[in-house]
Amino acid sequence: MFQLICDQVSVGYDGKAVLQNLNFTVNAGDYLCIVGENGSGKSTLMKTILGLQPPIAGKIETGDGLKQNEIGYLPQQTAAQKDFPASVQEIVLSGCQARCGLRPFYNQQEKQLARENIQKMQIESLTKRCYRELSGGQQQRVLLARALCATRKMLLLDEPVSGLDPKVTAKMYQLIAELNRREGISIVMISHDIAAAVQYASHILHIGDTVFFGTKEEYLKSPQGPMFAMEKGGAAV
Amino acid sequence: MSGIFAKLALYWGYPFVRYALVVGVLIALCSSLLGVTLVLKRFSFIGDGLSHVAFGAMSVSAVLGLADDMPLTLGVTIVCAVLLLRTGQNTKIKGDAAIAMISVGALAMGYLLMNVFSTSANLSGDVCSTLFGSTSILTLTKTEVWLCAGLSALVVTIFILFYNKIFAVTFDENFARAVNRGAQGYNLLIAVTIAIVIVLAMNLVGSLLISALVVFPALSAMRVYKSFRAVTVCSAVLSVCCTALGILVSILAGTPVGSTIVAVDIAAFVCFSAAGRLNGGTAA
Repeated sequence: MFQLICDQVSVGYDGKAVLQNLNFTVNAGDYLCIVGENGSGKSTLMKTILGLQPPIAGKIETGDGLKQNEIGYLPQQTAAQKDFPASVQEIVLSGCQARCGLRPFYNQQEKQLARENIQKMQIESLTKRCYRELSGGQQQRVLLARALCATRKMLLLDEPVSGLDPKVTAKMYQLIAELNRREGISIVMISHDIAAAVQYASHILHIGDTVFFGTKEEYLKSPQGPMFAMEKGGAAV
Repeated sequence: MSGIFAKLALYWGYPFVRYALVVGVLIALCSSLLGVTLVLKRFSFIGDGLSHVAFGAMSVSAVLGLADDMPLTLGVTIVCAVLLLRTGQNTKIKGDAAIAMISVGALAMGYLLMNVFSTSANLSGDVCSTLFGSTSILTLTKTEVWLCAGLSALVVTIFILFYNKIFAVTFDENFARAVNRGAQGYNLLIAVTIAIVIVLAMNLVGSLLISALVVFPALSAMRVYKSFRAVTVCSAVLSVCCTALGILVSILAGTPVGSTIVAVDIAAFVCFSAAGRLNGGTAA
């Protein structure tokens, strides 16, 4: 059952396409990694999927009861957030905003949901703490809990491990893989880290001069596959 | 001590003192509520910028000989506020540069127009009073006080009803827009509300004071408190107290109202910074 279909989609800014004629699907429970070099249009593609900007051509459809505004989003952190005075609870709760529509305040159900997601991310002890005092890994968990409040079906993660040390990075990947396996949440992740992509993902979308979309196994056999081998070799040395 | 109270009681008898106090406190309340959002969105100078725009619009309406400059001023200011606060991500000119440009541009054009088509005998006096706050807070009429009270009530109501939305849009605009199609509308709402507060406040207290009222209480509160709600509440309370104190001091000491209020705000900021440092020191 497909949740997201991109049909001949071109994305870009001001009418200029960065990426053209992209085709891929995400089914319930998939773990898709979008890899590619800087400037290949990964972030633009993600913004288009979220509906923050319209596609230049083609269409993006959601299915299986998923609406475009029910995709949980983990954005890259902005400079303004670094000194933002907000408690963890306030931030996680703000993930419920789509649920309450025009109603001005959050109800008990939404507060309960926020509590559950805080527990899921194992950050109960930080609930009252100020966001700006947390470590990078803790901040990502908070934002992930917020994204979970906005969705039950699909998470879009924009470079979730950038700026994290190797130990925290590994934990973050595990956490995401667990959400995918246990909760059945589909994952769409932008990443530079091809080695991790191949380790965790079920499908890979490689964008750049040539575009590849398929399962991980197909990817390893594809012309882009050697690139991964090089990468792995480089990491091993 | 009793001398001071006697003097205060004497002044309390004059309606203009009571009006000034009421209007000052209401404007302080509104601008501090919005101030937290503005400071966090990196738009601290928007108060200054927009009040210069309002000044430009006022000069245009003076040149055109309009009897009532309020509609034009408010309209132009709202348009500028919306343009400035529009999602800053993909715009070619970034927030601070855009504010600087619009503010200085409007100021210069306004002054130029007033100079070329002067209708007033005391031009520099007019300009000075618009920029640095005239004595107009002491010459308010009853209608103006009611107008101000009404608009303040409106601003506070909007702020409370949309508090959670305003938080979401301020903290992470992209996330808010991704999960909620209405998020753009909240930005617009914030911009319009700010424009109204600024035009209102500018007529009453001058543009120097507006920036101070927007920036100081929010920054002071952020030194000490760590959640958005606490910062907002503290900023509002602090702003109201400082303004009331400033007005009382200025009456007793015969100092200019606007700058006295700013002086009190600065003192509060210094105290809060010290408190924040002490607090942080013990926690760490």
